[in-house]
Amino acid sequence: MTVSAAPVFASLVGQDEAVATLSAAVDGAAAIVRGESVTNGMTHAWLFTGPPGSGRSVAARAFAAALQCASGGCGVCAECHTTLAGTHSDVRSVVPEGLSISVDEMRALVLRAASAPTGGRWQVVLIEDADRLTEKASNALLKAVEEPSPRTVFLLCTPSTHPDDVSVTIRSRCRVVTLRTPSAESIAEMLVRRDGVDGASAAWAAAASQGHVGRARRLARDPEARSRRGAVLAVPRRLTGIGACFDAASALIAATESEATDNVSDVDTKERAALEIALGGGGTGRGAATAFRGAAGALKELERRQKSRTTRAKRDALDRALVDLAGFYRDVLAQRLGAGVPAVHGDATADATAAARRWTPESTLRRLEAVLACRTAIEANVKPQIAVEAMMVTLWRG
Amino acid sequence: MTPSGAPHLVIGDEELLVARGVAAAVAQARTTEPDAVVEEFAAAEMTVGDLMAAVSPSLFGGRRVVVVRDGQDAKKELAAALLSYAASPEEDVVLVVTHAGGAKGKALADGLRDAGSTVTNASKITKVRERMDFVRDEFRRLGGKCGEDAAGALLAAVGNDLRELAAACSQLVADSDGRIDVATVARYYRGRAEVSGFTVADAAMVGDLPGALEALRWALHVGVDPVPIADALADGVRTVSRVASTGRGSAYQLASTLGLAPWKVERAQKQTRGWSPDSLAQAMRVAADCNAAVKGGEEDRGYALERAVFALVAARGSGAV
Repeated sequence: MTVSAAPVFASLVGQDEAVATLSAAVDGAAAIVRGESVTNGMTHAWLFTGPPGSGRSVAARAFAAALQCASGGCGVCAECHTTLAGTHSDVRSVVPEGLSISVDEMRALVLRAASAPTGGRWQVVLIEDADRLTEKASNALLKAVEEPSPRTVFLLCTPSTHPDDVSVTIRSRCRVVTLRTPSAESIAEMLVRRDGVDGASAAWAAAASQGHVGRARRLARDPEARSRRGAVLAVPRRLTGIGACFDAASALIAATESEATDNVSDVDTKERAALEIALGGGGTGRGAATAFRGAAGALKELERRQKSRTTRAKRDALDRALVDLAGFYRDVLAQRLGAGVPAVHGDATADATAAARRWTPESTLRRLEAVLACRTAIEANVKPQIAVEAMMVTLWRG
Repeated sequence: MTPSGAPHLVIGDEELLVARGVAAAVAQARTTEPDAVVEEFAAAEMTVGDLMAAVSPSLFGGRRVVVVRDGQDAKKELAAALLSYAASPEEDVVLVVTHAGGAKGKALADGLRDAGSTVTNASKITKVRERMDFVRDEFRRLGGKCGEDAAGALLAAVGNDLRELAAACSQLVADSDGRIDVATVARYYRGRAEVSGFTVADAAMVGDLPGALEALRWALHVGVDPVPIADALADGVRTVSRVASTGRGSAYQLASTLGLAPWKVERAQKQTRGWSPDSLAQAMRVAADCNAAVKGGEEDRGYALERAVFALVAARGSGAV
């Protein structure tokens, strides 16, 4: 990390180049706010790309804080604090919880983006997971990105600049900030420094996370995440016959579904209770029941959104499991071919060695590809159970 | 309480059977008095006053039949009035209450039953076996005769709606000499009315390619969505795989360990012949590809399904060697 980077960028792990670009932009932005005509380094639309877990949204949020902060991102002032906490009045952020971002949501956002910043610095619009914009929503956004108000900044986060992720029209109007997959060492260093994890488990979690910072932290701190990962890594051992494949598939699906529902069901009930009270539910006395009668539509709408969120949570959980599984087969392949790369799952090397002795490189590669094909299939809306079952039979037979 | 005065309760939600139950009660009343007057009420709109007026003895004598439809919708007061009437019914009045049989208004149904009502069951027929019996009884009632295979053919051609089945039965008896066999059914009815993805999957899993393709064509023709058909194919492979891997055993025992219905296990046990673990693995891959294909992966979903059926049967053939 460069010495001159503002403290707010400290949460970015191993992204020196991106931090340098952003720091220059923050200097340019400060000049614009001061009224100087130097526009060097700053622009109105930014596209943060990088693999999952590299900190796209962290980078975007830190950049937003640095723009709002009078001293360029000190990390301690009220502006920095509120931006990082997501409560700053001039930072609108869209964090999709469902499977897609709708056009209605985007139109409302574009309307707000046209107003002048209340704090006198920048009006920031931050869209996490811009790859989930629907086509219509993306077109609505395009209008605003094409002709922005002078003090409005758009920050979009997508996995890549591929047309599947972000439309070419939007991409061509943005400056791209590319984040790298952080190295295991820099993740481990961050875990030790920021979360106080001991060195050995930090190194293990950093390797097992395959460059995903958030996942590394969860693995290092949450014993349940560790045990779920352990169960996933036990899958290749358990595939002893065709029946076992189906059992393993249903166990994996059940585990990821319960993980997902555990995560969202609390929020679901809380949201529902809050909405019911807001609509006059639970009231007593004359007219209370009548007042609540029209609420069914609003509740149904909430349920629809919650269902979309649950579906996404299930898919994300399953995807995490599949990434872990792919890591295992990568280790087997690396062992078999005698490649000198460090293992992803340092604690499963015994299994990997045993498997490397039995399988040919071709069959290992077929297994690895089956895991990746399963991820693609689930993305293409194949029933997760069927996709995982088809993957399991290939993992078993090779 | 005399038997003639006891109320009738027709419980269930199969329209045809309800209508028949009510008609039977009316007919029974008319055996003793051909001029009996029939009054009909819908329970939702009926008041206690209506009931009192309807069941009080007439000055001029004569039997009366009071039909209260949809007893489950009766309001509290009416339900209470019906029950108190049922406890001491008039001899000249026949009360018939129909009830959908669900949890709604259950107290009324239970109360009437306890009060010694004549209960007629009119619940929906769900099992194939029972439907078959219904068809055969229907022919017998109309003075005809029919074998099991003919009843099956009629069910396949006409579908599961009892009213249509009853109509088809009476038509067949009227058109023939009363002896109904498969040829008679085939002369008047062609095609398949009830085809689901499971029909396709069952045929494919036993390697019956023509049967599977025919069922698939019919299913698409009658408007079954391709997605459930693809799901059914995957389900077929899954069930056979799980049953095949557990080896032989009693269907009931396996059913509890696998968490499947006993009849499903029994059928899968018959289907396992001809499959090897490798061919099942291949079949599962086919099913998954098909699932992606019908969800937008391919232009022509019908063709994707057809190809999957071919591939499934081919996979089975490769395993038999």
